[in-house]
Amino acid sequence: MRDVAVVGVGLTKFGERWGDSFREMCVEAGVKAIDDAGMDGDDIQEMFVGNMSGGRFVLQEHIGALIADYSGLATNHIPATRTEAACASGGLAFRQAVNCIASGAQDIVIAAGVEKMTDVSGGETTDALAGAADREWEGMYGVTFPSLYAMMARDYMNRYGMTREELAQVAVKNHYNGARNPIAQYQKEITIDTVLNSTLVADPLRLMDCSPVTDGAAAVILCSLDRAKEFTDCPVKVLASTQASDTISLHDRRDISTLDATVAAANRAFDIAKIERKDVDLVEVHDCFTIAEICAIEDMGFCKKGEAGKLTAEGYTALDGKLPVNTSGGLKACGHPVGATGIKQVCEVVTQLRGEAGKRQVDGAEIGMTHNVGGTGATVVTSIFRRV
Amino acid sequence: MSVPRFWRKQTNRYNLIGTKCETCGTYYFPPRSLCPKCRREGKIVDYKFKGTGKIVTFSVVRTASDKFDLQTPFVVAIIELDEGTRLTAPVICSDINEVYIGMRVKSTFRKISADGDSGIIVYGTKFIRE
Repeated sequence: MRDVAVVGVGLTKFGERWGDSFREMCVEAGVKAIDDAGMDGDDIQEMFVGNMSGGRFVLQEHIGALIADYSGLATNHIPATRTEAACASGGLAFRQAVNCIASGAQDIVIAAGVEKMTDVSGGETTDALAGAADREWEGMYGVTFPSLYAMMARDYMNRYGMTREELAQVAVKNHYNGARNPIAQYQKEITIDTVLNSTLVADPLRLMDCSPVTDGAAAVILCSLDRAKEFTDCPVKVLASTQASDTISLHDRRDISTLDATVAAANRAFDIAKIERKDVDLVEVHDCFTIAEICAIEDMGFCKKGEAGKLTAEGYTALDGKLPVNTSGGLKACGHPVGATGIKQVCEVVTQLRGEAGKRQVDGAEIGMTHNVGGTGATVVTSIFRRV
Repeated sequence: MSVPRFWRKQTNRYNLIGTKCETCGTYYFPPRSLCPKCRREGKIVDYKFKGTGKIVTFSVVRTASDKFDLQTPFVVAIIELDEGTRLTAPVICSDINEVYIGMRVKSTFRKISADGDSGIIVYGTKFIRE
């Protein structure tokens, strides 16, 4: 297998983008990534687009062709493929692009992610997202995504004694980081009281425990490492990109508040990358809800089960902490356009490793990691990156 | 949910009928046609659950999809049936504050939702305190 590098990143502003369409946002991110790589669109040999639910949010399928067309690449007839694994759709696009180059099939590939979530009502959005769980045996009973993660949170708090304040600190920390990210949906700091006084969505989770509904797109250009210097002075090498699956329903998991797919994907990633947990300088994890970040840090192996709440409260995962987590603001503050999130995480880690993250820069970051979850943990993609 | 899609598993939903693998003795609800443990060696037969069990974890849905909006707030839980299998279902109670982890529950036949004024009414299994 060949070594692969990221040579270009592009992000749209995340938020409620009433004036911009699905295709416009995806093209905007793609053009920015190509500009960043200093290449020409004609250099792109293949395209993967992560998208969860164009069919529900904008009544559009056949996303690969649509984006190839509006990027001006359909006339080059490049292969364009949509990937879908709910909120891990972007992570899948990235991993497919990595494998496409590593296998020797192509040299230069674009991986994008896009979601347009505000063209339907809030109730419809909630229902579409519920499709990431088992529609027939979870969703049919009115179960929502916040309530599934709330059941994880209740199980976790009951077993490990994490306090409500410790959980709230995840949101406080991510809003602090988001306030330093110009593309973030919410660039505003909050306090623990903001979280504790926000409205209950699904007990024990409150509004400020939940990632928002977001429009946005992200794209990265990947290339074989031996050609990376043609396009950039600071390529970022992909040390590993792994994927794992688990039961579709939360109720069928071995352990309600452990994501075994995270454990499996992360173990594989560290094995392939041949690095230790302590070598990682920063992580972008899938904090669709505050509890998800707590579980992610533990299940990736950065601390023991039951410890992440305390570590978060102590500042271990803060921007100036030992292991900065979600420097972008995470899904919570940066926003969560579901299909774009997995690619946005890669953009953030690459930006950090290049030393271009401005006010939220982690000093001397050399190795970064991403963690993207589909559903309640039925799909997980983890990737590890190193500055070269 | 469309009529055929609901009708297909109507008996299972109304009567809490799942499946059992006679090869390894594992019970499944929702029903599975392939035992994940034994795969092709498995022998799947229908099994009617006793309907009793306990709450493993739960939440109170306060913001729901449009179809369930009028029912909020309502309790949803992961329930471990006495046969050992776990499922997700609503829990009915007069006071949502009375639900707790470990609470004994039993199944009951109830209306789940309706597709508007003229669509099908979805019935199924909910749980109440034993």
